[in-house]
Amino acid sequence: MSKRIDVQNLNVFYGDFLAVKDASMVIEPRSVTAFIGPSGCGKSTFLRTLNRMHEVIPGGRVEGKVLLDNEDLYGPGVDPVAVRRTVGMVFQRPNPFPTMSIGDNVVAGLRLNGVKDKKVLKEKMEQSLRGANLWDEVKDRLDKPGAGLSGGQQQRLCIARAIAVSPDVLLMDEPCSALDPISTLAIEDLMNELKSEYTIVIVTHNMQQAARVADRTAFFNLEATGKPGMLVEMNDTQKMFSNPDQRATEDYISGRFG
Amino acid sequence: MSSITGVSAADTPGPDDDLHEGGPEGRTPSSDGASTGRLGDKIFAGLASGAGILVVALVTLVGAFLVIQAIPALTNNDSNFLLSQDWNVDTNPLQFGIARLLWVTVATSLVAMAIAVPFSVCIALFLTQYAPSWLAKPGAALIDLLAAVPSIVYGLWGVFTIGPHFQPVQNVLTSVLGWLPFFEKTQTSAGSTIFFVSVILAIMILPIITALSREVFAQTPQAHKDAATALGATKWEVIRTAVLPFGKPGIISASMLGLGRALGETVAVMMIVSALAPNAPWSWSLFTGGETFASKIANNAGEFDNPTKTGAYIAAGLVLFILTFIVNSLARIVIERRKAFSE
Ligand SMILES: Nc1ncnc2c1ncn2[C@@H]1O[C@H](COP(=O)(O)OP(=O)(O)OP(=O)(O)O)[C@@H](O)[C@H]1O
Ligand SMILES: [Mg+2]
Repeated sequence: MSKRIDVQNLNVFYGDFLAVKDASMVIEPRSVTAFIGPSGCGKSTFLRTLNRMHEVIPGGRVEGKVLLDNEDLYGPGVDPVAVRRTVGMVFQRPNPFPTMSIGDNVVAGLRLNGVKDKKVLKEKMEQSLRGANLWDEVKDRLDKPGAGLSGGQQQRLCIARAIAVSPDVLLMDEPCSALDPISTLAIEDLMNELKSEYTIVIVTHNMQQAARVADRTAFFNLEATGKPGMLVEMNDTQKMFSNPDQRATEDYISGRFG
Repeated sequence: MSSITGVSAADTPGPDDDLHEGGPEGRTPSSDGASTGRLGDKIFAGLASGAGILVVALVTLVGAFLVIQAIPALTNNDSNFLLSQDWNVDTNPLQFGIARLLWVTVATSLVAMAIAVPFSVCIALFLTQYAPSWLAKPGAALIDLLAAVPSIVYGLWGVFTIGPHFQPVQNVLTSVLGWLPFFEKTQTSAGSTIFFVSVILAIMILPIITALSREVFAQTPQAHKDAATALGATKWEVIRTAVLPFGKPGIISASMLGLGRALGETVAVMMIVSALAPNAPWSWSLFTGGETFASKIANNAGEFDNPTKTGAYIAAGLVLFILTFIVNSLARIVIERRKAFSE
């Protein structure tokens, strides 16, 4: 099930350092939203707050609200573990579990959730791998280690692993930056298919990629190094790339950027 | 030609050189670098394979030495060397067998491992995964320091501190688990049983296993842990899915190192365990006395007066040698078997 994310006045800190200042945005369900912006402006930081992954970093904390269909992820008594089970994440570098086979990687999350039934696991395995467009490539070697796959296949394996637990939201932090153009296209196609079921948020440095896959695009910027990152503009992707509201956005997109 | 200029310039300085002088990126320095690099390569490869061959040769020689020295005693043995528990080396022919020594050696070492490894892994996990950094850093330094202290120090501490209070533990174990042959009640006092030796050995090998395990756990790639965390794993589940699988070969190696120490430990065993009376019946109980290979040899080192008699002890040493060898090979096999899954 796809859910809507409503971020209200979010400040993100690493210790005393304010990394992202006062960001508010609404991310619609069943759509792809792209985050763009210069390095260090806090895109990854902001993305990680959407499933509380920033909390594994010492000193990482937030002020503000993140509502997932009106439920505050940071409300009292909300278990970050439960949040991460509904908001999945794919990382920049493919990170399949090296000691697990391809098949076990896919169902690792289900096993964590206590699913033991072999038949259910097998069905989910195939369904998720098909969902990640990887089934045909790996169906004959499900018991082989995941590390034996190509980078692009590994990344799709990680996507399969993330969608196997049927999350509401899928976060992807530069999922294609370590991949060749063909694998990149495969993953972009996949995002297009997955958005009918999931809310997808992707961080990318590739402007064409944002233009190709995203329905809406958010531009983050920072005034200077050491200053906090800020959300400058969020708009429909088409508008962002043709006629953005903010001057800074236009400068960044057209490459006129200091 | 140009694609291999780096190679030819390095190997055959001469007529080719002028071809490169106009090269865009200063070929000469780079080819110089390549040639010293290659020389360095050769020297290092030579040193490394030399050292490797030396080690293999040494091990083989030691093995050969043991076998040659042991043969006279073995051929002049009236008892079954492997199955007998006699040890009369002053008679002629000799009557000696290693059954009892082998059992005590293996039992003390295995029980020591069974106690030490879980403890070590837990301490290492605590230091790397749970402890706040103000505690983890000094903790790590402390463990490394403790691992560097000769283990006999812990052995002595255990003997004098735990020994006097060990009788109740033994009483509980023998009365609760007494139906198992290993825990059968005997008359031996708690401070001098096989089981107590195991406890002391466990204390002795705990620091080194902990230090090595901590080291591997600390190296678990953040990416693996993030992968588990992002799937909604709890702290313990992150450890189970990412940290322990990554650390497993390291734990095995560390355990083998500990096991090696336990198998060969001499002084502590000599101090503690009481030798059995010569014709005592066989017992599986961990609560009797006995001798290990190492303590047997050390206990009698003063009496190596004739070659045949010495040969009997050397034969025992040979078995310890082989035992260590087997243990290490098994560890290697376990590590290798999962290798494809640990890149
Ligand atoms: N673990 C951390 N501890 C402290 N500060 C951090 C940490 N990670 C990131 N930061 C800081 O937070 C700010 C935002 O970093 P972030 O990684 O979110 O940027 P980004 O937009 O994702 O950059 P990139 O495009 O290079 O990935 C930077 O100033 C960075 O130095
Ligand atoms: Mg980033």
